[in-house]
This record gives sequence, structure tokens and C-alpha cells, in this order.
Amino acid sequence: MEIPVVERTVVISNPQGLHARPAEMFARLALRFDSEIEVIRESLRVDAKSILHVLTLGAGQGTKLVLHARGADANEALEALARLVDSDFATDETLSQESHG
Amino acid sequence: MKFIDFVSREAIRTCVEVDDKEQVIQAMATALLESGKITEDQRESIVEAILKREELGSTGIGRGVAVPHTKHPSVTELVGTVAVSEQGIDFDSLDGEKVHLLFMLVSPPDRPGDHLRALENISRQLRDETFCRFLKQSQAPADVWQLLEEADNNEFV
Repeated sequence: MEIPVVERTVVISNPQGLHARPAEMFARLALRFDSEIEVIRESLRVDAKSILHVLTLGAGQGTKLVLHARGADANEALEALARLVDSDFATDETLSQESHG
Repeated sequence: MKFIDFVSREAIRTCVEVDDKEQVIQAMATALLESGKITEDQRESIVEAILKREELGSTGIGRGVAVPHTKHPSVTELVGTVAVSEQGIDFDSLDGEKVHLLFMLVSPPDRPGDHLRALENISRQLRDETFCRFLKQSQAPADVWQLLEEADNNEFV
């Protein structure tokens, strides 16, 4: 039986875009889930659990990304990833990240 | 964005055998200095900023590749270089692998788009295993440059 795909759309809103640090945070968070997770930008479809893959999206401010997850924890995974994106990748380090890239 | 748009040919280094992350970053910044891309004053400050950035999280992006970088107000255009280490360097990468191939990027803070496009180009090209392996096996800077030019001409992806 085909496992259903959970889908969610997010928009990158931080001015620096999905650069190395956010890409790392994104992949690191995705890795915590068992589900297969993909990130789709137009015709480009990549593995959410690989920084290398996420960086190929070249997602600048305003880019719309579609997240697909398939597996037992698909809903939780997309909820967590969407929250990370919506928070502009906010962490304690956000301020220093701004100045050091 | 293509590799030749941001990689300084004269600053490419191969057979870089150093003990740790700080040393390789020092070596790459020195290569940029020697190639005339940055000055001695900038070198020190850039190394410091890159090391600070590494403290936030390793730029080891997997597959034995790292992209140490900083957005630095002293540069007016994106400056970059490549280093290859045969023995590999511990870089606290997400996948735990030693780093053999490094792309250093120093970009002007007001041009986040260029920085993103350089990262996008590096990661897209390196997804090709052959290109990635050939780069890591390069013994001379000229070999690295040739591979970058070939990648720019879409010979790998």
C-alpha cells in the first residue's frame, strides 16, 4: 500500500536566504525524523536531510518551497520544519549569525 | 554564477597537509593574500571572522567538503578560493567525515544574493560524485582550475 505524502508550503523570509547556517539547521532538524522528506523548488527536488542538497535550492528571500514527507512521523516533521522556517531560523545565535554569515 | 566568477585561480592550493581547521583556514587566507586578493590587515580579520562563524556550526556540508566563509565589510566583491587536502582535516561535519575539499568564500555583507548563488553553484556541482572525487584527487592547482572550468561548461552536471 502506498504511504500517503504530507505536503506543506513555506516561504523563506529572512533577507540572507537559505544560506549555509539555515541549511545546516534545516537538514539537522530533518535528520531527527524517520520520514523521507523532500524539498521542492519549482522543478528542483532535493533531500531535506542533506545540507549539500538543501544548498542547491539557492533559496533567497521570498522563495516558495514545497515540503513533502512520507512516513510515520511525516506530520510532526513538516510541522517542525515549517516552524523553523517561519521563525526565520531564529536561535540564540541569530544576531551573531547576521554579522558573520 | 560560475566557479570562475569567484574562485581566484592563483589562490588555489593542493596537497595542503595541516593538522586542524584553524590551520587550513589560515593557509587559505594566506593564499588569498599571496594572490593579491586581500591585504595583510584583511587577512587577519577575515581569519578571525571565519573562525567565529565556524563556532556557530561547522561549515562541513558532507561528502568531505567544507565551505568556510564570512560576510566581511572589507571586500567589495565575492572573493573565493579552493584547497585540497589528501589526508583530510577534522571539521566536525554533520556526517562525521573528514574534509578533503574546501571552498572559502569572503563576501560583501550587502550582497547576500551573490553569496547564496556561490553556495548554490558549489553544492549543485558537488552533487556529481565524479566531479567531487576528481577535485579531491587533484595534485596541482592547475588540475583544480581545469575541473572548475569543465564544471562551468556543464561537463559534469
